[in-house]
Amino acid sequence: MAKDDSFKKALKKYYSFYTGGFIAFLIALAILEQVGLPSKWIGYIFMLATIGLYAGIGIMSRTTDLSEYYVAGRKVPAFFNGMATGADWMSAASFIGMGGTLYLMGFDGLAFVMGWTGGYVLVALFLAPYLRKFGQFTIPDFLGARYGGHFARFIGIVGAVLASFTYVTAQIYGVGIITSRFLGIAFEVGVFVGLAGILVCSFLGGMRAVTWTQVAQYIILIIAYLTPVVLLSTRVTGVPVPELMYGTVLQKVIEREKVIFNDPKQIEVLDMLAKKIPPIEEKIKGLPATLEPERQKAEAKLADLKAQNADSKDIEKAEKALTAFPKTEAEAKEAWGKELTGAKTKAKAPTSHAKAFPGKDPWTDRLNFMALTFCLMVGTAALPHILMRYYTTPSVKEARYSVFWSLFFIFILYFTAPAYAVFAKFEVYTNLIGSQIANLPLWVTNWAKIGLVTITDVNKDGIVQLAELTLNADVIVLATPEIAGLPYVVSGLVAAGGLAAALSTADGLLLTIANALSHDIYYKMLDPNAPTARRIAISKGLLLIVAIIAAYTASLKLDLILSLVAWAFSIAAATFFPALVLGIFWKRANSYGAVAGMIVGLALCLYYLAGVKFFGMTPWFGIKDIAAGTFAIPAGFITIILVSLVTPPPSKEIQELIEHVRYPDIKGSVMRTQT
Amino acid sequence: MELSERHKEYWSKNLVITGVLLFTWFIATFGVIFFADQLNDIVIFGFPMGFYMAAQGSLIIYVVVIGIYALYMNKLDVDYDVAEE
Repeated sequence: MAKDDSFKKALKKYYSFYTGGFIAFLIALAILEQVGLPSKWIGYIFMLATIGLYAGIGIMSRTTDLSEYYVAGRKVPAFFNGMATGADWMSAASFIGMGGTLYLMGFDGLAFVMGWTGGYVLVALFLAPYLRKFGQFTIPDFLGARYGGHFARFIGIVGAVLASFTYVTAQIYGVGIITSRFLGIAFEVGVFVGLAGILVCSFLGGMRAVTWTQVAQYIILIIAYLTPVVLLSTRVTGVPVPELMYGTVLQKVIEREKVIFNDPKQIEVLDMLAKKIPPIEEKIKGLPATLEPERQKAEAKLADLKAQNADSKDIEKAEKALTAFPKTEAEAKEAWGKELTGAKTKAKAPTSHAKAFPGKDPWTDRLNFMALTFCLMVGTAALPHILMRYYTTPSVKEARYSVFWSLFFIFILYFTAPAYAVFAKFEVYTNLIGSQIANLPLWVTNWAKIGLVTITDVNKDGIVQLAELTLNADVIVLATPEIAGLPYVVSGLVAAGGLAAALSTADGLLLTIANALSHDIYYKMLDPNAPTARRIAISKGLLLIVAIIAAYTASLKLDLILSLVAWAFSIAAATFFPALVLGIFWKRANSYGAVAGMIVGLALCLYYLAGVKFFGMTPWFGIKDIAAGTFAIPAGFITIILVSLVTPPPSKEIQELIEHVRYPDIKGSVMRTQT
Repeated sequence: MELSERHKEYWSKNLVITGVLLFTWFIATFGVIFFADQLNDIVIFGFPMGFYMAAQGSLIIYVVVIGIYALYMNKLDVDYDVAEE
């Protein structure tokens, strides 16, 4: 105990120093900027300093001890494990994308906010304390022990690798975007720079290095997330608490909506945009006959522009359109299908920010909102890289507190995200809409350069109407420092925060995959007599291979990546959640039931996802593919229960294991000595 | 090994608190979503309540639910003599 306390004290001291040091670093950079340090250099310094820092922690925490490598020696105090889980959990998508998603979707986007926080209630009540008591290394470990035999373990490995790999690819993609944007290097190079940042940690020190780096990364990401919006809130409302103040700003936004949405010019633009839809529909319908005439039209347009001596930019655009012109019917279908979705999105009438279920069919919207929230929550409680973190606390008691701290630290970001959206909307609705296109605010022209903001003067009146503006979701958080008129150092800070979010999540995920392969497949299934040194060496080797495959996949820039992330939640939820929860709460659940349940859950989930997304299957009850788990999770539960009931109950040893897991410490138990 | 009556009582108390907190979670999530439209008619400090609950209110409830569970269970461990040393 005394040793634990001194360790905690030392940690508090280190991280307080570290936080103070980081703030001093920010102030120093701000001063240097005032005396003329170019913004490009600020970007470089931020990236190098933070990646160097993570590498330093990784090197200091290097280890060859098995328990240190897999579970950080099981001595991470609840508070720090909470921070590490926060960084592990909050990805590039949460950090950069969330504010923008809420901006674009209004109330409907809140399904993500609720889903990604409420899931921790399930972690706390059903999983964390029991997994900690079980006290092994991975989630498949629990499945293997509880449901005896390699089969349950193996399905667990498949689920863990499938969910984690899709997710890690998206993180590395995020790292590539951030490094390329702020360092001005090619995306593909950025991916591999980021990869180096990820590997120095997990490769050298496994869970131990990842844990202590994640704590450092959490501190950076939360400072980076709060600073711009706090300053913006101070500028707009005079009070530096955006979470409380955005209510009054929201009212102003709602007032402005009434004016902007009903502006005759806005309606005129929407009409003009709507007229662009039927010709696209027709040319898709008329395929393949329409292919040749459309090509001739594109050629004629280019010739026309050249004859008129038009603006070189317009000519360039027409040339590009011609070279990218689809060659086959299939290509045309895909390209024009995209064009059609784009045109429909643009012509859609805007909806009020706070209005719940604004669509034409509020009941289906309501159902989808609930289904998505449900899948995200259960998915949160089933993602192996999160559950694994609760193996690292010193006790069951600490594991319970640790879930509390995890959600607390995550909560700080998610409950600020809606404020970002509202403040940005206020700025756009009051200062951008209705302004002269020749005289746009500076932040708009800056982000328009790289295509994250597009303004097209559809009705040629020289004034911005809402329907003429297209915003990429990422721009909301990235541009807030400029909207608030803050120095470049704050923009650099935001980039460093986004990088921290992406790197920390990628680290946790890579480790999960490498551990599933090295610990569960190699050690438990292939060579149970392998010496410690070889087990760690194999884990490190696999880590490197998986990281390189993931980076390569990310560098392909597949459109699919973003859908894959959303799917990872349903996949993890349907595969793991029923088997884990029933394994703890229902003694009668046996291996036949669990194996059948996991297969049914995973298969139904994949069938629904692929069916709705790619094969034109009619969605059941109108539920979208992103919420595939809505059917797969209950199916998993029902299968486990039915199959278990018609097959023999689990053995006495397994029943004792369940009792062992349910009580933090049964005095006098035989199994007591095993942990 | 045989579990004593005390042990069984501990577990059933655990199930009760788990059930109560799960119910709270369920209302804070699906109750709020279901009635979001109606809640939106109430406006406090500029926040329409349906929007507010989904953006902040329910999140606060989640944090509190987990906090209560941790405190309650850690005390229950001591009361029933199953706490770790």
